[in-house]
Amino acid sequence: MLLSRKLTDNISSKWMVTCLTFCLLLPLAIGTGLVFKSTPLLSEHRLSELVFSKDWFPSDNRFGFWSFIVSSVWVTVLSLIISIPLCLLSAIYLTQYAPKWFLKFMRPVIDILAGIPSVVYGVWGLLIVVPLVGDKIAPFFGKESLGYSLLAGAIVLAVMSIPYILNMLLEVFRQMPVELGEASLALGATKWETIKHSFLRKGSTGIISAFGLGFSKALGETIAVLMVVGNVVQIPKSMFDSGYTLPGLIANNYGEMMSIPSYDSALMFGALLLFVIIVIINVIFRYIIYKSEAL
Amino acid sequence: MMTFRRKYEERFFRALSFLFTAIIVFVLVQIIWTVVKKGFPSLSWQMITQEPKGGFYFGKDGGILNAIAGSFYLAVCSTILAFVISLPVALFMNIYLIRYQRLLIGIRFFLDVLWGVPSIVYGAFGFTLLMYLGYKNSLGAGIITVAAMITPIMIRAMDEVLKTIPIGLQEASYALGSTKTETAYKVFFREALPGFATAILLAFGRGIGDAASVLFTAGYTDHIPHGFSEPTATLPLAIFFQLSSPIEEVQNRAYAAAVILTVIVLVLSVSARLIKMKK
Repeated sequence: MLLSRKLTDNISSKWMVTCLTFCLLLPLAIGTGLVFKSTPLLSEHRLSELVFSKDWFPSDNRFGFWSFIVSSVWVTVLSLIISIPLCLLSAIYLTQYAPKWFLKFMRPVIDILAGIPSVVYGVWGLLIVVPLVGDKIAPFFGKESLGYSLLAGAIVLAVMSIPYILNMLLEVFRQMPVELGEASLALGATKWETIKHSFLRKGSTGIISAFGLGFSKALGETIAVLMVVGNVVQIPKSMFDSGYTLPGLIANNYGEMMSIPSYDSALMFGALLLFVIIVIINVIFRYIIYKSEAL
Repeated sequence: MMTFRRKYEERFFRALSFLFTAIIVFVLVQIIWTVVKKGFPSLSWQMITQEPKGGFYFGKDGGILNAIAGSFYLAVCSTILAFVISLPVALFMNIYLIRYQRLLIGIRFFLDVLWGVPSIVYGAFGFTLLMYLGYKNSLGAGIITVAAMITPIMIRAMDEVLKTIPIGLQEASYALGSTKTETAYKVFFREALPGFATAILLAFGRGIGDAASVLFTAGYTDHIPHGFSEPTATLPLAIFFQLSSPIEEVQNRAYAAAVILTVIVLVLSVSARLIKMKK
């Protein structure tokens, strides 16, 4: 009896360690797999040429990722410009001003927003955001646009990243010490002044990290952006131009990549690029959060 | 004068922050309303009970049962697979490593970073693996890719639940003579079960809604798969592909499929919330 219990314990703990090791090795495997697949491309072209050239002619064996990188950064930065004030002020409202029941009501709202699949956001983008940009916003600025534009992609992305960023911000404000606010109020500051001068300063690292992680989340988003951004290979000149993001490129061309030499290698290099950038951003901001929590 | 400005500023920002919160609620309502309004008229019994028939992609008869069934197979199997891996890891972290705080923080940090990796990268990786092993797009490949994607999410969600269990419970269990495994699966597992249910539903929702990871790995077909080695259709891809068609009937079906997917995800979200509240 004792023996069998000990044996079970032994086997089970071995299995636990195996599973953990597997999880820890996963990113290493992803990195190795993608490097392995993009070696043929890297041996033919220089890294700087691949990243900074804007000539994208796969059938000519010319692969320049610059226009995709520029589009991706445009869309992501624009989306943050929209979502930062939205998330920051609603986090402030929900934690400082709103009655408790309202925060309780907002939790499922945030949950549902987070759960909506990216393709559904894409459908919404096609039906609402693209016409909105094409018929209303672009003419307002005196520009012409089909609607399939960086701005449309950014708006959809901004909405998609709201639950992600807002949840982190709520956590930041929730951890704010009560005495800090009380001290400030006792000195005669208004509620808003307390928030502005004390809370925002105290929570600055958390807030910045939330936006950093939101940036990396938005950078990797694929299908929804792909559906509304127009997918034209060019260096966009304004936010009403069409663009072509890096994840979109990978997703959109998987069908034909086997028919052109080095094309699959190029797309896997694109995925590798994305993977490396996003992991670096994540490590930096997670580390900042971890450091600020440890203090 | 000064106080007037301060009062004004206070009111202004109070109103503005309320407005922004209201915008978020409005956008959510608007998304669901838009999708339902556009898709509901095209929703029919035929849509959810039939596979595509000849000429389906030119607007003829048939439904998207292939995608609905495919998505469920894929999401259910990958959730089970992810659970089999996540449960031991989460228990291991909170029972065996509970005294090694540094290591624990490291692992959590690592899993959080892994969570940030976009699904398209998992898809591309799954594809490379397939090529390397010489397999074709299939349900099995899709399951493995999606499982890899949702495992970090599931572990962290379970970990958050287990973290709240007081260490005294563990000590009491040892004092009664149980082994670590018995403590893990008999005491901790039972204690954390409602929380686990939430974690599973969360991961399931993520699995059923993701398109980028299955694009490369699961393929697409008009039939319900009969084995792991057959390719399978999925709901997100059914929506995506049908929307790119120029024919209106086909596009309308995509909108109807979007309603189905949204309803599934809403049900998952609400039940996860209800389980959490009951606890």
